[in-house]
Amino acid sequence: MNTMNLTLKIWRQPNAKAKGEMKSYKISGINDHMSFLEMLDVLNEDLQKKNEDPVVFDHDCREGICGSCSLVINGRPHGPQQTTTCQLHMRSFKDGDTIYIEPWRAKAFPVIKDLMVDRSAFDRIQHSGGYVSVNTGSAQDANNLPIGKEIADEAFNSATCIGCGACVAACKNASAMLFVSAKISQLAMLPQGQAERKKRAESMVAQMDAEGFGACTNTGACSAECPKEISMANIAMMNREYLGAKLTSEAV
Amino acid sequence: MSLTGLFLVSFLLVHLSGNFLLYRSDNGDAFNLYSHFMSTNGVIRVLEIGLLAGFLIHIFTAYILTQRNKAARPIQYAVSASNAKVTWFSRNMGLSGSIVLVFLIIHLINFYFPFHYGYDTYVDIEGTSYKDMYTLVATVFKNEWWYSILYILAMVLLSFHLQHGFASAFQTLGLEHKKYTPIIKGLGTLISVLVPLGFATMPVYFLFFN
Ligand code: HEM
Ligand code: FES
Repeated sequence: MNTMNLTLKIWRQPNAKAKGEMKSYKISGINDHMSFLEMLDVLNEDLQKKNEDPVVFDHDCREGICGSCSLVINGRPHGPQQTTTCQLHMRSFKDGDTIYIEPWRAKAFPVIKDLMVDRSAFDRIQHSGGYVSVNTGSAQDANNLPIGKEIADEAFNSATCIGCGACVAACKNASAMLFVSAKISQLAMLPQGQAERKKRAESMVAQMDAEGFGACTNTGACSAECPKEISMANIAMMNREYLGAKLTSEAV
Repeated sequence: MSLTGLFLVSFLLVHLSGNFLLYRSDNGDAFNLYSHFMSTNGVIRVLEIGLLAGFLIHIFTAYILTQRNKAARPIQYAVSASNAKVTWFSRNMGLSGSIVLVFLIIHLINFYFPFHYGYDTYVDIEGTSYKDMYTLVATVFKNEWWYSILYILAMVLLSFHLQHGFASAFQTLGLEHKKYTPIIKGLGTLISVLVPLGFATMPVYFLFFN
């Protein structure tokens, strides 16, 4: 086990309206087996002992499945590894490093406090069509609804999106297309999703635009930073779904 | 963006193949006949309006897109490093496009407007008199060497623009497939290298070999 001393430059912003700034903190004796969030817990205990306001950051499961943890670390969403921040370990850093920690930056993700942003824009996009509204009843026979292995795999890959928002944070246009496309594609590929397929593509894209996200210019930064490795093929599929729906749906 | 972009690529291919007539060793006759046809034929004149519209729509949508995307991130990162796996070309489409635009305007002033207004050096080809565009091209490239340099530079940036733009247009249109996407990407690289290179040979030829 190694211990390290670090300098942290952290975005501090008391509330949504206040003007924030980067503040510097020294922290010592960090164990390299700690996760990044545990390192921040240590910092917050120090701050509390000194009667200072602890740094607010999002987290929940701490096992890489809920998508709560965020943080742009040294300019990359979730830091130097392609994983979630809770799964990032301090061994990815060296003794004496300076680490910059900032919130997701997007107009559609306003800062609530410090490093915590409001990601309810994603919820509203989901509410606008990211579901199947028919009641599915009790479990059917496994092979009642045959789905090809490749399609099932692809739909599953899309479904692994945890809605963390790293795609938005990484994109130079703060575009949410990777997230929205994963949600649209997942259901477009499965038989259960067919009934609302066109309506879903139209309303989810409309909600995405209304939230103020940017538009995709296909740089691929989103996919490169996505902890679940959602592929850009989803975005092409969403474009296809959307263009097709716009051309053929009954909604005028 | 994608539709106008691909339309402009089709223009580049036609324009390039026409310009290759400069290399016929016939004192420029073929090129002059071609210029005359392109500038007077009714169908071409109509297509020209379409081309102008194509450029204007492409530039206008590029402007709207850029404004919208800037507005989507009002506060910038203090440190930004999400570019490691992203090409420079894809992040700088506005820059490469704008330099191509500046070049286009100078290009029109040099070659397009003279044909229609002002320039009046004629040659005789088989008993008919035509505007001598060949000599105009040759003298511009030779005497105004700074223009040749700008021309070559603009071709480098056009290459950068297409390096991302060509394949990107297909992705935007949803045309993505395991079988065809690698072909489209290969074709994009090929076009983005060969087309600007083809154009760039012309100033080089007139500067050094003519
Ligand atoms: C011969 C000239 C040009 C050609 C052949 C061309 C071609 C293309 C193509 C194929 C795309 C990709 C479309 C997509 O991804 O949907 C594109 C995008 C773009 N073009 Fe052009 N273009 C030309 C001139 C210009 C000019 C003059 C400007 C600007 C003033 C410009 C600005 C842009 C911008 C900002 C984008 C892209 C957005 C992005 O994907 O990042 N282009 N262009
Ligand atoms: S805290 Fe749940 S994914 Fe990191």
